[in-house]
Amino acid sequence: MKNNKTKLTPEEHRLFGDLMPEELEDVLHSGFNRRHFVKLMGMATAGLLASYALGAEQLFARAVEMEDIPDLIPEAIENGVTVNFKVNSTARNVLVDSRMTLLDTLRERIGLTGSKKGCDHGQCGACTVIVDGQRVLSCLTLAATCQGKSVITIEGLAKDNELNPMQAAFLKHDGFQCGFCTPGQICSAVALMKEAKEGQASFATKNISTDPKSIILSDEEIAERMSGNICRCGAYPNIVAAIKEAQTGENVPQNWLFTD
Amino acid sequence: MKSFKFSAVNNPAEAITLINKNTDAAFLGGGTNLLDLMKEHVALPNEIIDIGNLSLKEIKATASGISLGALAKNTATANHPLIRKNFPMLSKAILAGASAQIRNMATNGGNLLQRTRCSYFYDIATPCNKRNPGSGCAALEGFNRMHAIFGWTRECVAVYPSDMSIALSALNANVKVLSSERERIIPFQDFHILPGAHPEKDNSLQHGELITAIELPKNDFAEHSAYIKIRDRNSYAFALVSVAAGLTLNGNTIQAASIAMGGVAHKPWRALNAEAYLKDKAATAANFAKAAEAEMALAQPLAHNKFKIEMGKKALINALETAFKGNI
Ligand SMILES: Cc1cc2nc3c(=O)[nH]c(=O)nc-3n(C[C@H](O)[C@H](O)[C@H](O)COP(=O)(O)OP(=O)(O)OC[C@H]3O[C@@H](n4cnc5c(N)ncnc54)[C@H](O)[C@@H]3O)c2cc1C
Ligand code: FES
Ligand code: FES
Repeated sequence: MKNNKTKLTPEEHRLFGDLMPEELEDVLHSGFNRRHFVKLMGMATAGLLASYALGAEQLFARAVEMEDIPDLIPEAIENGVTVNFKVNSTARNVLVDSRMTLLDTLRERIGLTGSKKGCDHGQCGACTVIVDGQRVLSCLTLAATCQGKSVITIEGLAKDNELNPMQAAFLKHDGFQCGFCTPGQICSAVALMKEAKEGQASFATKNISTDPKSIILSDEEIAERMSGNICRCGAYPNIVAAIKEAQTGENVPQNWLFTD
Repeated sequence: MKSFKFSAVNNPAEAITLINKNTDAAFLGGGTNLLDLMKEHVALPNEIIDIGNLSLKEIKATASGISLGALAKNTATANHPLIRKNFPMLSKAILAGASAQIRNMATNGGNLLQRTRCSYFYDIATPCNKRNPGSGCAALEGFNRMHAIFGWTRECVAVYPSDMSIALSALNANVKVLSSERERIIPFQDFHILPGAHPEKDNSLQHGELITAIELPKNDFAEHSAYIKIRDRNSYAFALVSVAAGLTLNGNTIQAASIAMGGVAHKPWRALNAEAYLKDKAATAANFAKAAEAEMALAQPLAHNKFKIEMGKKALINALETAFKGNI
């Protein structure tokens, strides 16, 4: 992360002067950095920021603006490859070790920890993201192969505060229990909507030799097409219901009810 | 993962020049098999040549049939209207494999070259002649439920896992290959090989050769073809047994049958005995059963996979009946 060098506001100056006097010179000279941010977080957790609310809020806002990706020390990278790509519509430029997967790059370098590492071997689907419109496994994708591509993760599906209809449907139908597989399930299901619209076939599709045409998915089709996303909690019936509702836009009855 | 040099190439000539300079370099297609094996330290290339940008992605009609680009994705291939209409057995076979995410990544060339899923091959703590020639075969006396019943040797009892290739075998496909010296065509039956004494080799491709396309000759059984896959769970699992079958019919008489089996051997297993039995016979349940018997009589099961003989018979009969009924 590059330092945020914008001049400190009076509120921020007071916070540093009172709570981190040893850092004041550094912050005035080199700007607000990750180490300051970590200290600030520690103070927030310890409840020390109560009378510095405005300054703290401004500093946290700076942290959010700091989109530059931290460079690792050169010794930590073998066979470095520079990758320019888009993640959730934001242009990113990152120097990675040639071995680094897209999944690790998203999680460890860009700080997007929504995509999960279940197996790291292509067997569970927890790491599913959408690359150039197609759902793929980020654990079997080398970051180095993503030059010029556009990646959408679970963090990029909502528009401002409005959930993607698939996210809303998963909430309504309780399409999860522990939630670990959910980012992958939702990314997978969002891409599936486009596949169904284009008339892509699955192994469950009847009369495959006819021309592709847009399809409304049956339970059997949803199960087959979502088989690349394993859910250890077994939320499958609710996931199927959520996908049906998101695809048809019609009200699908929930598999569960609150009781007294 | 062992560290490696990474480069992306833009044309086949560049790819071949680079791979010829280094016997430990490997091409990267979709990476769904190679990367997995690299993480397990089973594959140890010190250089990766990313061929994902090559323009070998076209699926097009040719004078003799259809040509599939080696870098076309499995999803694009299975869904291409020309393939769905003229080679529905191939669409079905591709869609029977892996998951939607993996098929979106997997390339046609990479699919052909995927390596066995034998768990001893994956476990570097155990002997395996395929991974470490001369070390022995742990599966021969080990857990061999998933393993071969045809064509195995004491050196290796592994099976070849691709679904797509089983259909390509029944379709008499040709693999087009380019090297610095020449372009050559390898008939599908000669592409993959039985283990013999050298199971470290899965196929007849040489280092330095790039698969550029897979060619499908026209056939007259599109309406009467099938792909049946039997596995431990309904989806996202490798085959215990699979069958690709196409019947050329004249009324109810079978003029020719084209049948290949998966999950039973070190390569796609062409069911030549069953094909020979069915030639010029009536398409009846009794003849389908006799053809299946004729093929499975050759099986030599291991300690844990005798069940594959009965399963193979039923899968053959099911595939023949489905093909006869038509319009999969
Ligand atoms: C969890 C899981 C489940 C799966 N289930 C199934 C299944 O049920 N059925 C099935 O059939 N498959 C299954 N697969 C395997 C999958 O189909 C293959 O991994 C995939 O087809 C390989 O294609 P790729 O392009 O990703 O190959 P890569 O991994 O990129 O390459 C494989 C090999 O081919 C070489 N190579 C690639 N392209 C070329 C070329 N053009 N010329 C020369 N060499 C080349 C590479 O160097 C490498 O050695 C599964 C995979 C996973 C991870
Ligand atoms: S983490 Fe990628 S498939 Fe499991
Ligand atoms: S919700 Fe727990 S794994 Fe799916």
